[in-house]
Amino acid sequence: MKQGGQFHIGQRTRNIVGDSAIYIILAVFGILWVLPIVYLLYTAFRVTPDTGIINKLVPDDLQLGFGNFYKLFTETQFGLWLRNTFFVAVCSCTITTLFILMTSYAFSRMRFKMRRPLMNFMLILGMFPGFMSMIAIYFILKAMGLTNSLFALIIVYSAGGGLSYYICKGFFDTIPRSLQEAAMLDGASQWTIFWKVTIPLSKPIILYTVLTSFIGPWCDFIFAKIIINRTSPELFTVAIGLYDLINADAGSFNTWFTVFCAGSVIVGTIITILFLSMQKYYVQGVSQGAVKD
Amino acid sequence: MSEKSGETAVRKKAGGFFARLGSKISALFSGVIHGGIAPKLSCAFMGIGQILQGQIVKGILYALTEVLFVLFMVFFGGNYLGKFLFSGHLGTIEEHNVEVNGILEPVAGDNSMLILLYGIASLIVVILFVTLWVMNVKGAVENDADLKNGKKLRTLKQDAARFINEKFYITLLVPPMIGILVFTVLPLIFMILIAFTNYDYQHLPPKHLFDWVGLQNFANLFTLSGTSSFALVFLRVLLWTFVWAFIATFSNYFAGMIFALMINKKSIKLKVLWRTMFVLAIAIPNFVTLLLMSKILDSDGILNVIFGTHIFWLSDIRYASIIPRIMIILVNMWIGIPYTILMCSGILMNIPDELYEAAKLDGANPIQIFIKITLPYMFHATGPYLITQFVGNLNNFNVIWLLTGGGPGDNVLYGAGNAKSTDLLVTWLFRLTTDNNPQYNMASVIGIIVFVISASLSLITYNRSKATKNEEEFQ
Repeated sequence: MKQGGQFHIGQRTRNIVGDSAIYIILAVFGILWVLPIVYLLYTAFRVTPDTGIINKLVPDDLQLGFGNFYKLFTETQFGLWLRNTFFVAVCSCTITTLFILMTSYAFSRMRFKMRRPLMNFMLILGMFPGFMSMIAIYFILKAMGLTNSLFALIIVYSAGGGLSYYICKGFFDTIPRSLQEAAMLDGASQWTIFWKVTIPLSKPIILYTVLTSFIGPWCDFIFAKIIINRTSPELFTVAIGLYDLINADAGSFNTWFTVFCAGSVIVGTIITILFLSMQKYYVQGVSQGAVKD
Repeated sequence: MSEKSGETAVRKKAGGFFARLGSKISALFSGVIHGGIAPKLSCAFMGIGQILQGQIVKGILYALTEVLFVLFMVFFGGNYLGKFLFSGHLGTIEEHNVEVNGILEPVAGDNSMLILLYGIASLIVVILFVTLWVMNVKGAVENDADLKNGKKLRTLKQDAARFINEKFYITLLVPPMIGILVFTVLPLIFMILIAFTNYDYQHLPPKHLFDWVGLQNFANLFTLSGTSSFALVFLRVLLWTFVWAFIATFSNYFAGMIFALMINKKSIKLKVLWRTMFVLAIAIPNFVTLLLMSKILDSDGILNVIFGTHIFWLSDIRYASIIPRIMIILVNMWIGIPYTILMCSGILMNIPDELYEAAKLDGANPIQIFIKITLPYMFHATGPYLITQFVGNLNNFNVIWLLTGGGPGDNVLYGAGNAKSTDLLVTWLFRLTTDNNPQYNMASVIGIIVFVISASLSLITYNRSKATKNEEEFQ
């Protein structure tokens, strides 16, 4: 065996070498992760050349500025798309949140014959791929005369809301039953308990539900694309609007890419702000609702 | 052995269900037969009994329901339901031309799609109506017994109060359930039934009819014949779907875990900086990242400019499209690893320090510590997460669709089914329903298979997670 001192020195050099390797790896990969974002910002602010295709990373006639953002609001209908998305998001997140809270309360706090079968039934329903029923949903909306409208989008985003009761129910399960029983002794009805006892105690999970269902319409694009016609850009949400900007035809990548990046920066900023402002509740809601070991 | 006993248990359970149902029905009928006139009248026409018993508003509501139901069946549902359930076909009259004043004019025939859709909808309405009818008879029988025993019946006010108290769950569940029934259950039944028809581009309503074909589509999918049959294409897509899901899940998992270990190592400084560099990626919505990446990797994109190359990152078809496939997995790592880092950091901090110290005292080297302590602990804590991720990746529509659109196309290998070389089952399903020659029948067969795969995997997770078993523990 080595003597104590030598061992320590060997250990220390090994630590230094190991740590330096880690620093190098983290730096290299960290930069790799940041680069696409930097490129997005760079393109968003690149006013000239205003083409998507550039032949040098830093072109000779490079000019930075806010021109693309100006173009975004004047030459495309981005302002309208923002408003549409916001409208759809507010409506569908209100309905979804209500549906989830109602379903979760019934399953968590009340006991009735059909409870287990219904819970299992809804769990299994949630396992079908959403695309499978998409076409049928389209036919149903068409039969109702609702396609190509924002209301159709709201319905599609929120009608199945009750199915994702799982995390919220987990949260309700952790609220002590004694509170409910105390209220019942005081003569409160289930209705009162729901509104006056459970809801006030469930701020984290409500915010979590609101947040996730609010963000959905900003990111979904498949359902929106099926329901909204390509020929009515005034009904686009930001997702299909931005998609269409660079995929409309063969040349649109070159023409609109810088404007697309500007739009992406705006959407990214909105979602980041939402997440940061609600981060605390997000973590609380999920960890209390899901982790129960 | 255990399988067999499980089977008998299921059979017993099912048998018990029908036995209970039977005894309930007979109890209901004996209640009607031995009861007074009111339950019998409620049997014949909803609500009449209640009106006789003095619950006038309730009775009128019941009666109104029946009137509406009858009107619905006579003017709308009955026609579709009859064709859907009893004719054995989905419509019999195709669009045809009729001579009017010497000019041929097209006359609309049956619309198979509407017959199927409205047929299912009417069937759901009938089931709901029967449920209400049973409730109505039951209520009348109970009222009858109460009246005989000299009890007072509930007033309208008391009845209403029940729906915000002991029956509050009905009030709570009805609105979400209607949403689910119309926009999840109905479409699902519709699409499942489509799998047993020949609904494709050659049978598009309203011009043409489609009809039941039994298990023909399933047979098509599973019969290997020739070199480019549908079955062969299906197997190729299925194989890639699994390869993709496996690599995507585990690459993210292990790489994320290693980064998390590095960032969380005690002697490493600037932890916040490193974490932020990775987590920043989460700020951009998924679809933006993917569109951006697809343009960065374009043959005219910035990556080729920087390297001075001209590589078709996302559309090179050589070597079974290996370059696009690798690029998809790399982009997916870029998106997914930040999430894994966040999750793993949380769990790593929970591993008790004593474990590590004991291992060090025993002379274990870092690699042994990782394999013997960190990994088992992580696997234990994240097992369900891994399965959920795997299922998520099997159905990871966005990554494939926005990066390559399923492409590049390869007519030699995928010609028969209109699939492309990076298609997953779900993107293939999507293409089959949305392109110019839709094959709804095959799409829904694929959908059923995707469901069977993801549902069985999800059920494993669900049954393993303690959350469901210890439901009452926290209350």
